[in-house]
Amino acid sequence: MNGFQSAMHPAGVQASELHHLWNIFLCVSIVVYGITLAAVLIAVRRSHRRTEPLADAPSERRATIAVAIGAGMTFVTVLALLVASVATGRTVGTLGRLGTAHLEIDVTGHQWWWEVTYPNSEPDKSIRTANEIHIPVGKPVELRLATRDVIHSLWIPNLHGKRDLIPGRVNKFWIEADRPGVYRGQCAEFCGLQHANMALTVIAESQDAYDRWLEHQRTAAPEPVTDAQRRGRQAFLSLPCVNCHAITGIDAYATAGPDLTHIASRSTLAAGTLINNKGSLSGWVVNPQALKPGSNMPANEMTPQQLNDLVAYLESLQ
Amino acid sequence: MTDYAIDERELDATWSPGRGIIGWLSETGHKEIGMRYIVTAMCFFALAGIEAALIRLQLSRPDNTILGPDAYNQIFTMHGTTMMFLFAVPVMEGMGIYLVPLMVGTRNVAFPRLNAFGYYMYLFGGIFIYTMFALGAGADAGWFAYVPLSGPMFAPGKRVDTWANMITFTEVSALVVAVEISVTAFKQRAPGMSLNRIPLFVWAMIVTSFMILFAMPAVMLDTGFLALDRLVATQFFNQSEGGDALLYQHLFWFFGHPEVYIIFIPALGFISAIITTFTGRKPFGYPVMVSSLVFTGFMAFGLWVHHMFATGLPQLGQSFFTAASMMITIPTGVQIFCWIASISLGRLVIRTPVLYVIGFFAVFIIGGLSGVMVASVPLDFQLHDTFFVVAHLHYVLIGGALFPLFGAFHYWFPKWTGRMYSERMGQWAFWLLLIGFNLTFFPMHILGLNGMPRRIYTYGPHMGWTTLNQVASGGAVFIVLSVVCMLANFAISRRRGALAGSNPWNADSLEWATSSPPPSYNFLHLPVVAGPNPIWDAEPDPPVVVGMATGHREVLITKTLDAEVDHREEIPGHSLGPFYLAIAATIALWGAIFFAWWFTIGLCLSGIVLIFWFWPAREQVEVDMLREREEATP
Repeated sequence: MNGFQSAMHPAGVQASELHHLWNIFLCVSIVVYGITLAAVLIAVRRSHRRTEPLADAPSERRATIAVAIGAGMTFVTVLALLVASVATGRTVGTLGRLGTAHLEIDVTGHQWWWEVTYPNSEPDKSIRTANEIHIPVGKPVELRLATRDVIHSLWIPNLHGKRDLIPGRVNKFWIEADRPGVYRGQCAEFCGLQHANMALTVIAESQDAYDRWLEHQRTAAPEPVTDAQRRGRQAFLSLPCVNCHAITGIDAYATAGPDLTHIASRSTLAAGTLINNKGSLSGWVVNPQALKPGSNMPANEMTPQQLNDLVAYLESLQ
Repeated sequence: MTDYAIDERELDATWSPGRGIIGWLSETGHKEIGMRYIVTAMCFFALAGIEAALIRLQLSRPDNTILGPDAYNQIFTMHGTTMMFLFAVPVMEGMGIYLVPLMVGTRNVAFPRLNAFGYYMYLFGGIFIYTMFALGAGADAGWFAYVPLSGPMFAPGKRVDTWANMITFTEVSALVVAVEISVTAFKQRAPGMSLNRIPLFVWAMIVTSFMILFAMPAVMLDTGFLALDRLVATQFFNQSEGGDALLYQHLFWFFGHPEVYIIFIPALGFISAIITTFTGRKPFGYPVMVSSLVFTGFMAFGLWVHHMFATGLPQLGQSFFTAASMMITIPTGVQIFCWIASISLGRLVIRTPVLYVIGFFAVFIIGGLSGVMVASVPLDFQLHDTFFVVAHLHYVLIGGALFPLFGAFHYWFPKWTGRMYSERMGQWAFWLLLIGFNLTFFPMHILGLNGMPRRIYTYGPHMGWTTLNQVASGGAVFIVLSVVCMLANFAISRRRGALAGSNPWNADSLEWATSSPPPSYNFLHLPVVAGPNPIWDAEPDPPVVVGMATGHREVLITKTLDAEVDHREEIPGHSLGPFYLAIAATIALWGAIFFAWWFTIGLCLSGIVLIFWFWPAREQVEVDMLREREEATP
């Protein structure tokens, strides 16, 4: 098992609380299972070996008492677990809300990718990215979840449990990483053909690193340097790409697909389907249906020259 | 010729099924209909099993391409839909329809023609969805088909329409069975079988029937709304037109959670019957067992929100549903303790049915405990919609329902066929199932905790899920072998097994008081019951009911509470009406997904068929008038 998408390797305050509760439930369950199964097997053995006629009245009475004790113990156990569960629920529910300094991030589900927006009171400072969330370690983050189409569910098990993205609603929940790392999350509510390939990466980093990242994301796309990159930008604007994707700084404003302003800074393509490198980017641009069948990105016809230029340009969008 | 022999001949002539294909289609006997339910359900079980095998095949390797996402989504949807709606519920209903009238000592269910209609609705619903599946329109939105994914916007085509209307077929059939069983059990019990002497299996079926009556309308409404949203553009679930996507989930789970208990409670009845027989003693804590069943039935309606914790409901509401979900373990726990006490105080004979009961304890308790985990809101945030839940629900449904069901098949096999199954093959099948089941489903707990969501058609090699998925896929092979072994055992033993006689297990309940297989009229003379375990409590040469008509189909109606004789009632016999009505309803529901007017056409046809159904036969009217005149003359 790898620890980067696992409820068993908590890396955030919420997930740690849940993991703690899980340990309590697991221990209680093992004990209860052991006792009950032992009782079954002992009863079977005794009963199977019985030679005398059926049990007498005193042993019936003893059995009644045993059943009553068993029922009482079940009640007490369940009550204890209930108290533990409600207590953890309250703790997890209030974490983050107590502090005043926190971060807000909007996450919008699409078939089959995540739109991530860092809003700012000054609109030109808010940024849009996709399938990647950067958060500073030790700072509560409020995620505001919405969906553009069907129900999705955001699940980053190392940081917290899941929360659904429901049409017509905004669901809020809090995460807070307590150590730096890269964690993977995935859509947990069945959302159609490519439900399996709807992942995202969460990068928890120091406040400094986070601030640098944020500052960089606010900048417009870098100007092309080479001729190939320049031709690539032209290709981007003349091919169907521009109908769905936005790049800040050039005439590309569409929001149906992920914002590509800093696509080369992201580690994956197509919501965690592919590692972001030149090869997979070329394949993805030309024929997404072969790599993620059913995806809403169509195949694009272009000359090899156009493809090379386009990929050169996209690769430059650090 | 003795009087008994004459009675026997006349009863047989009155109750036995008609000949030929017409006779087969017009049959209304409860044993025949019950067995058709069971056999049909087993066919669907096999289909759903093949689908499960394909799922396991696809997931046995990372980045596997045996199935694409489209095929995979159809297959897992059909697997879930088939297992829940076309196997688990109908097979339990079939067991009830076959066994309840025998156990309460009557000749048929209360409304035999309605009963036949229910079966044909179920059969046609199943044929409908599988025909559409074969034509490439298999449902693909999951067995609970959440909107808006299943709505007109995101699921074009006929796939979800098929699914939604199939639900209507099976729910009509379930409602029919619920009516049959509750009326039969309350009004047709043998004299002397007061409420406190009803066998626990019959109690379980009564509770199940009442749950069906309250739960099924919710899902028919829900899928009806969905079909309307899709076919005639109503906007029940469209939030931008004032509808609500979560309303669908509430209605679905208000049915969906009780559904689990509708499958599980009859299985508790099997366990009680098997334990009583093989320990040779009356069930320990009978009143507590019955109250636990009833309590479970009520509580089951207060849990539905635990399927929706991740939707973000207010804290207080969630705590209530957590408490309710956890508290339902108490009645089930009490029943388990009572069974352990029964075993401990009795003299257990270990045969295949008993092994399945022990398997139930070993497997189901794990499912129950993981159920307590998912009932906890904070834990459910992590566990919901992952393979942990897949593991949990299979531990509950296979452990809690399939193990007891297979035990029940072995237990009643001699009654159904008149022959014994092979004990050796039975035990082989059991061990294969126990091992295969745990190999397949236990690793899924760990997969879920390590981040594997349910319903994904593929995963990458870097996720670290490969090994456990391979173990799970390998385990599935054992399950297949086990089922094949069990079915082969039944197929061979049906013809070659040792003769069973009427009561091979020395069991206590009334179905064992008649020959194996039972005659068409069930009992030559209806029995009179003297205690909670009728056969064990009977005096030598026990009293029977005499004076029942042999020339027409008559059943004895008794009072609900203490089963005192009330009156004799004639029930209808063979008819093609139910078959025709089911065809008319099928035209309405199948046609409606293509063209709305088919619904009207089917409705008109149903009206015509109902007139035919209720049209009195001339000879019957003459007989009735003659009888009335006879009764009027002093």
